[in-house]
Amino acid sequence: MSEYLNEPMLEVFLFESAQLIEQLELDILSSDNKKCYTEAAINEIFRIMHTIKGSSAMMMFHEISGLAHSIEDLFYYLREDKPECIDCSALSDLILEGIDFIKIELEKIRNENEADGKATSLIEEIKKFLSSLKKENSSKNSIKTKQQPDSGEKQYRATIYFEDGCEMENIRGYTIIHNLNDLAKEIYHIPKDLIEDEDSIELIRRDGFIIYLKTELSYEKMFEFFNQTVFLKDLELIQLEKDDEFLPVQSVEKVERNVQLLSEERSNAKERINDKEIQSNSHQSIISVNVAKLDKLMDLVGEMVIAEAMVIQNPDLKGLELNDFYKATAQLSKITSEIQDMVMSVRMVPLSTTFHKMNRIVRDMCKRLEKKVELKIIGEETEVDKNIIEHISDPLMHLVRNAIDHGIESVKEREKKGKTKSGVLTLEAKNSGSDVLIIVKDDGKGLRKEKILKKARENNLLYKKEEDMSDREIFNLILLPGFSTKEKVTEFSGRGVGMDVVSKNIETIGGTLTVESGVDQGTTITLKLPLTLAIIDGMNIKVGESIYTIPTISIRESFRPREEDIIIDPDHNEMLMVRGQCYPILRIHKMHKIDTKVTRFTDGIIIMVEQDDKILCIFADELIGQQQVVVKGLPEYIRNFKKIKGLAGCTLLGDGRISLILDIAGILNVK
Amino acid sequence: MKEIINDSTALEEDTQKGRFLTFSLDKESYGLEIRYVTEIIGIQSITQVPELPEYVKGIINLRGKIIPVMDVRLRFKKEPRGYNDRTCVIVVDINNISIGLIVDSVTEVITILEEEIVDPPQMNKGVQNRYINKIGKVGNDVKLLLDCEKLLTEDELEDLHDAL
Repeated sequence: MSEYLNEPMLEVFLFESAQLIEQLELDILSSDNKKCYTEAAINEIFRIMHTIKGSSAMMMFHEISGLAHSIEDLFYYLREDKPECIDCSALSDLILEGIDFIKIELEKIRNENEADGKATSLIEEIKKFLSSLKKENSSKNSIKTKQQPDSGEKQYRATIYFEDGCEMENIRGYTIIHNLNDLAKEIYHIPKDLIEDEDSIELIRRDGFIIYLKTELSYEKMFEFFNQTVFLKDLELIQLEKDDEFLPVQSVEKVERNVQLLSEERSNAKERINDKEIQSNSHQSIISVNVAKLDKLMDLVGEMVIAEAMVIQNPDLKGLELNDFYKATAQLSKITSEIQDMVMSVRMVPLSTTFHKMNRIVRDMCKRLEKKVELKIIGEETEVDKNIIEHISDPLMHLVRNAIDHGIESVKEREKKGKTKSGVLTLEAKNSGSDVLIIVKDDGKGLRKEKILKKARENNLLYKKEEDMSDREIFNLILLPGFSTKEKVTEFSGRGVGMDVVSKNIETIGGTLTVESGVDQGTTITLKLPLTLAIIDGMNIKVGESIYTIPTISIRESFRPREEDIIIDPDHNEMLMVRGQCYPILRIHKMHKIDTKVTRFTDGIIIMVEQDDKILCIFADELIGQQQVVVKGLPEYIRNFKKIKGLAGCTLLGDGRISLILDIAGILNVK
Repeated sequence: MKEIINDSTALEEDTQKGRFLTFSLDKESYGLEIRYVTEIIGIQSITQVPELPEYVKGIINLRGKIIPVMDVRLRFKKEPRGYNDRTCVIVVDINNISIGLIVDSVTEVITILEEEIVDPPQMNKGVQNRYINKIGKVGNDVKLLLDCEKLLTEDELEDLHDAL
């Protein structure tokens, strides 16, 4: 359909369209929830469709532009004629279908496939919908049209307030005047001198931007015109009856200094306001950066941190008296750590888009399963690393689907149980220490232990006696591969590949997943994710010739044990008594088969680590020191072999050596 | 623009065609297509990674990039030998996976004409043949030409068999 003549242009097209589509989806869903399309929403949708039509036609994606064109037509009708009987949900369905089509095509283009989908049937449907709408509303239509052509000059006064902090109010005012030049015959505005006079910004901020104009256009048309203004906060448009009202400039003059008519300032610059600016709540100036560049920057900062350590901890410096040098290095360390924080914060993205995507899923599923579910979103502003967002989107989608499909009951069933008709699904995000918690909670029927156990028995998934299992362990059974309690496979879930994939995905980014549930009270699934993946505080330890790094966050304490505190049970499990509590000991040299001379506990050191309320004592030869390390994955070739037990990755030390990062959660779960 | 790039890669491939980096293991001389080779470095300190097959010695730090290293001797089930200053690591890039190959020593880069390359003799036994896809003749010498991709991929099968 199109040749890829221009890669960067295509990239921009994909990026912009994807953003617009996302925005569009949000608009439609919120309108759908309210069961009506407000004028603002219609305008917004119209504008988005217009942009997509234009840009896709430019990129020669004719199916997309055709579809966008037909949707645009539909909304043009809605906007102009304001029909009263609209079947909202049918309209939403139609547009969402259109969105899906565009999404699929965009995905195809992104993967360098031919965008070969055909939108003809969809376009037909939209046209049909439009014509039926027209028929239904034709009576009103004629009245409307009668109103339209009442001509004659009218006089208006418009007062415009811009949003706080949108900056450059004077330029924005100037743009409006510019665009008005084509529509109106006479224009006066206060403050008069927009560009030259520096006070004009202040005046506009305080009193608004006041425009007097004469035009033939109707009130609606003018209102619409002003409403398109970017960063519009408040608009007051008054049609003036008498001529003398038209120029109360005299009275204003005293306050605002000499106001004169502006008429000659017609310039031929035809600058239309860029549609991109309309993206809501972008108060600050924002640039979008390719993620690959950020990744590269991240890597470089990582390298810098290592290089810094190489300099400061250089073996050549040993034993030298270098007071000034250390003062300088302290300064350097401060700056590098600030840069690091900055880079990290650049990569932080709020979860809101991910969360709001779920709206769509909830809506679609409710329709098809005939359930009523209300989605509550809490803490969407919580920020996590871009990488993490990418990894949790799919698992989250799966959890939401599961909750609606398996968790929340049908309306009838809920009524029988005396619950509210519509189920509530809560998506919550919050910070907790260096972790982010994402909670997916429903108030459905909950998990039934007997059912889980039965299923586990059938599939041979029980790893210990049923009687010995805690509730939590039973619930965690559903995370095992090949487990699905739903007897029938439905369109949305129940293939038994779900939960284990979810928990795997979460584990790969160093997170954990816990399930809590009560019968008829609902199920709560909590995802605990690290805030960031890239740089951690670590404690380096030595075992034989190898160096390991333990994330400082999991370390409780480290000490040299006393002989008498060590207990060995008949199965040769080694344990350590600390302040009356008994903890298992893990010898790293045994776990990873490393040669070391230090095998007696009293010669080495014990590092007590904790994760998820589980405690373990790790035995190593010695502590080397604490350092910020940049987490790097093990090379792909090695990962292809298998997942190595207890290793989360590796990192470079100051002297260029490689250290292996221990995966504390992994070790504890194996235990 | 694209055409130019295509041209230049074609050109590059053309100049690399038929050129092999030769190295020795024991008495044999092996050849490796030059297009796979990124660089040759001396032996470095290797960080062991547990739970890997014996021939994967561990990982090394190549200017900030962490790459795995494989001892080709052990890969071919030969007797291990201590490393010395003749020992080299050939860093190759195979299907975007970087890996270092530890060999006894690197000899030279030679051109072997197409007509000098023949199929290896068919043998019903012997593990060696798996990694050798051709044999090149240079004067009186014989160079065993390695199939790099098999060097990386074949082991997964092998491991599976071991596990069974």
